[in-house]
Amino acid sequence: MDFTFSEDQLLFHDSVRSFLVNEITPERLRAGWDSDTGREPALWHQLAELGLTGMTVPEEHDGLGMTALDFVLLAQECGYVALAEPLVNHVLVGVPLLADIGGELAAHWLPRAVAGDARIVAALEQNLLAEDAHVADLLLLEQGGQWYALEQGQFALDYSQSIDPGRRLFTVTVNPGVTPVVSGERAAELRSASLNRGALGCAAQALGLAQRMVDLAVAYTADRKQFGKPIGSFQAVKHHLANVAVKLEYAKAPVHRAAYAVAQDAATATRHVAHAKLAACEAANLAAKHSIQVHGAMGYTWEVDLHIFMKKAWALANTWGDAGFHKQQVAQAILAEGAVLGAGATFQ
Amino acid sequence: MNLSYTEQQQAFRAEVRAWLAEHVPAEPLQSFDTAEGFQQHRDWEVTLNEGRWGMVTWPEALGGRGCDLIEWLIFEEEYYRARAPLRVNQNGIFLLGPTLMEYGTEEQKARFLPTMAEGRDIWAQGWSEPGAGSDMAAIRSSAHREGDKYVINGQKTWSTRAVWADWLFGMFRTDPESERHRGLTFILVPLKTPGITVRPIPQLDGLPGFAEIFFDNVEVDVSNRLGDEGAGWAVAMATAGFERGLMLRSPARFQETARRLVQLYRDNEASASQDPAIKEAVIRAWMDAESYCLSTYQTACRLSQGGKIGAESSTNKIFWSELDQNMHATAMSILGARAELLPHAPAAQGVGNWLDGWLFSQSGPIYAGTNEIQRNIIAERMLGMPR
Repeated sequence: MDFTFSEDQLLFHDSVRSFLVNEITPERLRAGWDSDTGREPALWHQLAELGLTGMTVPEEHDGLGMTALDFVLLAQECGYVALAEPLVNHVLVGVPLLADIGGELAAHWLPRAVAGDARIVAALEQNLLAEDAHVADLLLLEQGGQWYALEQGQFALDYSQSIDPGRRLFTVTVNPGVTPVVSGERAAELRSASLNRGALGCAAQALGLAQRMVDLAVAYTADRKQFGKPIGSFQAVKHHLANVAVKLEYAKAPVHRAAYAVAQDAATATRHVAHAKLAACEAANLAAKHSIQVHGAMGYTWEVDLHIFMKKAWALANTWGDAGFHKQQVAQAILAEGAVLGAGATFQ
Repeated sequence: MNLSYTEQQQAFRAEVRAWLAEHVPAEPLQSFDTAEGFQQHRDWEVTLNEGRWGMVTWPEALGGRGCDLIEWLIFEEEYYRARAPLRVNQNGIFLLGPTLMEYGTEEQKARFLPTMAEGRDIWAQGWSEPGAGSDMAAIRSSAHREGDKYVINGQKTWSTRAVWADWLFGMFRTDPESERHRGLTFILVPLKTPGITVRPIPQLDGLPGFAEIFFDNVEVDVSNRLGDEGAGWAVAMATAGFERGLMLRSPARFQETARRLVQLYRDNEASASQDPAIKEAVIRAWMDAESYCLSTYQTACRLSQGGKIGAESSTNKIFWSELDQNMHATAMSILGARAELLPHAPAAQGVGNWLDGWLFSQSGPIYAGTNEIQRNIIAERMLGMPR
């Protein structure tokens, strides 16, 4: 029993964290909102140089052969900076899915993913809209119970604008004559594995987003004075943020456990992911609620950075399975006849 | 990361399970807030200690097994799974015991730890006073040094199990000129000493689970002092640290409550499913109990690899106390009109001991430092907000 990350995992986490915090500033995110694609090819190449784009590519395709467990702390940091590039989708969903599909398709694209020359983006019908389809070099699209592997030019996009200016969402129409690459039972298996991976990505990012909102709120309330004192010294303000800290603290281990279950391909992965996503997104939503409150009217402005993280947290809570969907997954697991629950059941 | 138990850990679990299966009383004991129930629980502590299961994390020389935190968690899981009796001496073994090991002299350890482990001496706490609750540094009860004695005067209150306990550990003001947390001393007091009056206070269930204690020129030997004179605050903080930390409320307790809640929901599904909020609360109970378990294992693993417990541990008490309250509130909702009935009432079919748990869960956010004080600690020490 060892519920800790390895030295290597923690070191990699540290270096990626400092890169992201230094590079992905709110100013840079804001500049991206006004650009054509909202994404930066040069930044994607930097992420590739750090070894990120090939992390989960199997070694036989020149990748690092790592798992969701190796990436989960990094996904938290992607959330902390509200990274707009489709890295979490690529590493956690797109690449593993492509590796599972295998064959020539994988052999062609995976080495390019490692090199930073291909963004592999997965999109599920359950998500209503496909995120970042406009910059996908390979779009793995699930539609009507089948998987398509699409290059630009093989589909048409209809843009739907989100309140989060960092998100780019599309309805995808596959060109006539394009045939699916996987169908039937196998397609359903890949769909549910991808859904777990995508939901895990949301959960991990939600932890980072929650932490960022707490950090912003703590800094703001230390600066802002009323009644001659920093408002952060008042208990009413402190208790709001303490409540967020409690919720966030107890959402971390479930996310790490879900990453472990996904990495192990455990039969119970779905329930662990559902639990993780619910816990982490609730923490992020609570962080948003209390952070805007303690920011006062400043929090309600476009100018103050809080909304960047708040809007992303709101969006992630309702994608890759909303709360109702994931509660249903948990209910099915624990209310089932013969479900093993109680003391000692957690790691059995 | 490897979330499987080692063979050694599995063997340990099997050993605990086998022993408990053989020794846990078939009939539940009476409440330890009654004279008879207290004696039954004291006898159970003796049985546990004979099997060397009284305090598994204690060193072998003191009747323990030198278990690490993971083994302790496994022990607790089996203990709650077996529905073994509550620990009547938890103030002693979980709070004072570790403090004695850290601050006690060799003589004090030899004098107090074995009788504590054997269940011969049951310990009560003496922190709160009528004017010193959340503001513990406002303690006024005094211990005046006269030769090799302290003469204690004053009043303590809310002292859990003091009605039948043998000893009390608490803090007294040894320097009458001192203020706040300076000038306080940690003293161990035999409750049978002349000059002590223990007045039981009935709790919500009508039973005298705690007491107020009056000290009228009570003489205690100086050798009963734990730590230096005037250094009581630091010793007490260590005790409160253990209390808030891992030991007092292991995840197993709440996971068993969550398991029973799922069962209660299934047994009453026809009526309970009328209120969609109930199903949601049942799901949440399982998730939160699971989160508490996962988080505790994560902390335990980190500590056993040499990590330090940080300010984030102050989130622990709020989480489990609110979880406990929420789970019992859900059970009350499921039981509906039967929820208010005492278990022996003719119409109280299937109510189990939920009412008792519901009452007790009301105390969770209050004892061991109110949740409001905990939130201040989290805000100031963990988040770094201004005082």
